[in-house]
Amino acid sequence: MAISIVLPRALHQYARGSNVVSLDEPCPTVADALASLGARLPAVTDRLLTEQGELRPHVNVFVGTESVRFLDGLETELADGSTLTIVPAVSGG
Amino acid sequence: MPSTSSINDGKLAPGSTLILVGTTKGAFVLASDASRKAWTLTGPHFPGESVYALAYDERNGRQRTLAATRSFHWGSTVRLSDDFGKSWTGPERQTVRFPEASGLSLVQIWQILPGPADDPDLMWAGVEPACLFESRDAGESWTPVDGLLNHEHRQKWQPGGGGLCLHTIVPHPHDKQRMLIAMSTGGVYRTEDGGKSWRPRNHGVRAEFLPDKYPEFGQCVHKVASHPAKPERLFLQNHWGLYRSDDWGDTWHDVANGVPSDFGFCMQMHPHDPDTVYIVPMQSDQFRCAPDAKLRVYRTRDAGASWEPLTNGLPQERAYETVVRDALTADSHESAGVYFGTRNGKIFGSRDGGDNWTEIADSLPPVCCVKAAVVGGNH
Repeated sequence: MAISIVLPRALHQYARGSNVVSLDEPCPTVADALASLGARLPAVTDRLLTEQGELRPHVNVFVGTESVRFLDGLETELADGSTLTIVPAVSGG
Repeated sequence: MPSTSSINDGKLAPGSTLILVGTTKGAFVLASDASRKAWTLTGPHFPGESVYALAYDERNGRQRTLAATRSFHWGSTVRLSDDFGKSWTGPERQTVRFPEASGLSLVQIWQILPGPADDPDLMWAGVEPACLFESRDAGESWTPVDGLLNHEHRQKWQPGGGGLCLHTIVPHPHDKQRMLIAMSTGGVYRTEDGGKSWRPRNHGVRAEFLPDKYPEFGQCVHKVASHPAKPERLFLQNHWGLYRSDDWGDTWHDVANGVPSDFGFCMQMHPHDPDTVYIVPMQSDQFRCAPDAKLRVYRTRDAGASWEPLTNGLPQERAYETVVRDALTADSHESAGVYFGTRNGKIFGSRDGGDNWTEIADSLPPVCCVKAAVVGGNH
């Protein structure tokens, strides 16, 4: 099973400069994919998830073109070859 | 000792004056020599991120600036600079984190305070949701203080307008087992056993917004100040109310004698005189601007028995300025420098303890906090 996670520019510095992380391990859900990402790059998931494992309020995760907020949240199921895209929300400072 | 003194090079000579400014859109650093007549400004550091807490630490041979930054998207963390902001560590991991079992998640860091000189790697941070964190390695890593994390009142503390924040940390200068903290709302709490247990200490402090005006806890305390020369005496700026305690917070007495409003946020001790305190009153909780649109710092020189307006050099017409709880500070020069920032992005400073003021900076983003230090001054 291959899952790709596309990171925004602000997080490249925490991903050894990469903009895409490929996961080969089984990731049935978005939560599983983020857990695998965290095992490899914990500094990235620090910035995506709260201490309670919830998606930060101004971080959006898309599976394909659909936001997980309008699917099943972090329990949204993934298919082989899915692409997750992390996008900061329109809010800003 | 550096042979040159330039904040742009990350070096400042002993005796230089440092002002750290946190805003809603980043931090700025101002530096001057001891005369404090001309200032060099750098920044914004962390553009787009809010900075509600800053500190400068010279213990253990450091010259370390600490900044609590909050990104809209990626959360809050503490960043460190050992060259006056020329470069910052952006910690890989976010270092201020609640334990998963607590059910809490960090929103914002509201206060960073270096510990005593004889424990030179100890630091504290006050955060939202209200809790105290401790660092034993000069700010590299942080752990929550369990006695507050698991406090029986936690479920009853309610957020004020700024959030449920622990914003004030007052360690007793001579007894490491004793500390006082303040939060909005919740009020003042005190420990006598090194943080294991905490008791509310709000007797006499009014909670205007509750049916019971004098509850045991639940007050919206905005700031508490004390001077190490008289540590048992405390001053308190409340959400309506100006108080003094002479018994380390056991009882509080109203000292709003001659101020245009006893609503306000900030409060600052004079660095050398334990009877002198500064505040910047606001019109009311419904109109949080300088009363009558006149920007006035009020100073007491008799521990609250009377207050005098300080206006020389401050705008006295159409000054719809707001000064929030950590935006008033002082340096430790012999002739004390007093500084404050406003929500309209202005920084004012006085080189003579408040008698005369000049505008140091303008058109910054809204100012959240201002801290000052003298390089080589052990502050």
